[in-house]
Amino acid sequence: MSQSKFTTIGRKVLMALSGFFLMFFLLQHLTINMLSVVDPDSFNSVSHFMGYNPVIQFLMQPILIFAVVFHFVMGMYLEYKNNKARSVKYAYNKPGTNSNWMSRNMIYSGLVVLAFLGLHFYDFWIPEMDFKYISGHEEEPTRYLVELNHKFQNPIKVGLYVLAFIALALHLLHGFQSSFQSVGFNNNKYTPTIKKLGNIFAIVVPALFAFVAIYHFLNPLHQ
Amino acid sequence: MDLTLKIWRQKDAKSTGKMVTYPISGIEGHMSFLEMMDILNDELIEKGEEPVAFDHDCREGICGMCSMFINGEAHGPDRKVTTCQLHMRMFEDGETIHIEPFRANAFPVLKDLMIDRSSFDRIQQSGGYISVNTSGNTQDANALPIPKKDADLAMDAATCIGCGACVATCKNSSAMLFVSAKVSQYALLPQGQVEAKDRVLNMVNQMDVEGFGSCTNTGACEVECPKGISIENIARMNRELMKATV
Repeated sequence: MSQSKFTTIGRKVLMALSGFFLMFFLLQHLTINMLSVVDPDSFNSVSHFMGYNPVIQFLMQPILIFAVVFHFVMGMYLEYKNNKARSVKYAYNKPGTNSNWMSRNMIYSGLVVLAFLGLHFYDFWIPEMDFKYISGHEEEPTRYLVELNHKFQNPIKVGLYVLAFIALALHLLHGFQSSFQSVGFNNNKYTPTIKKLGNIFAIVVPALFAFVAIYHFLNPLHQ
Repeated sequence: MDLTLKIWRQKDAKSTGKMVTYPISGIEGHMSFLEMMDILNDELIEKGEEPVAFDHDCREGICGMCSMFINGEAHGPDRKVTTCQLHMRMFEDGETIHIEPFRANAFPVLKDLMIDRSSFDRIQQSGGYISVNTSGNTQDANALPIPKKDADLAMDAATCIGCGACVATCKNSSAMLFVSAKVSQYALLPQGQVEAKDRVLNMVNQMDVEGFGSCTNTGACEVECPKGISIENIARMNRELMKATV
């Protein structure tokens, strides 16, 4: 019998691996964001390092973009295939009796996060690319904190960011522990701990991202 | 108790079906769900109407034939029971009960509540077995030492009756719980090791060919499984597949 290149399981494993990478990235991003609150000078120097280090810019950044695009495209593809597996739907169904909302609606929480990424790129990434590579400005190692703070002076934008972080939390509440299951890690001894860790990660990380946005909204820098 | 039944009626595999309402009276709480269906069918036959076709065989929860989706759940609202073991005391007097066939493109409806689950047979035939010498020189299985824990887990997996509740319940119509139970019951035992690689590759490939969806780890399957098969088996199958692929 011929073997397809990727089975449904193979695709799920790849989803999980890209998910692990993106969760690791979230931690790294959050650590730098938190510096903007607790140590502004370090925030500026770390941001400058991230913005001008060639390994970060030309190796890690493309890998990150690839992981995001891959996770999104594969997620959409799996959703499409899974919908096709049942063309006649139930007239009466009670999925809430056997599974939680987050696990059944990963596509919707994921699409909200994706829409947020569009806004986030518009806010930060595109102006940064313009500053460095299109307009060709000189390096300004101390500009980052002020730029960040000014971006969060619009209450509607802060509200949108907080909404996106709620969607991210819903996505992670299922995604964290689901990634372990997909790569085959499930046993009586460690799985309960992984689920607890997943819940902590899914709530604390987005909450701290939201905290940073709200903190800068409430503490405008005048310059 | 008096009930209102809303039942999926479909003349044959090619016809379009619809939900039809039937009132029914005199149902006792100790009756099984299938006995209630028998009473309905007796009434329909007496009235000269076509009885409702549904799958059933042993009526003691081990054959895996009964397959109704009752009030939005595979095998109804009770846990770890098949439809034939579901008692009418689980329902309230005056309740409306929705009864549909298990739905998945890989389980086409043949008539009313009867479905074709031969896709499971083909998955099983693709690797859900061990090849042993049965010429009279077969080694005594008890001569092979097997840790109690592994034997118990293999037995737990082997209790899967292949009813398809996992597929019916899964929002993706995924057959992962069924296939993983069949893979696990051999993967845990020494007799299953020789063909382990081909087994998992062929069974997963056949599962995909049949058009089942992929697992998104909602865990709904293990909640609705009448035999309590754990999704730990799915994780084990994922490991087996990675071992066989890498």
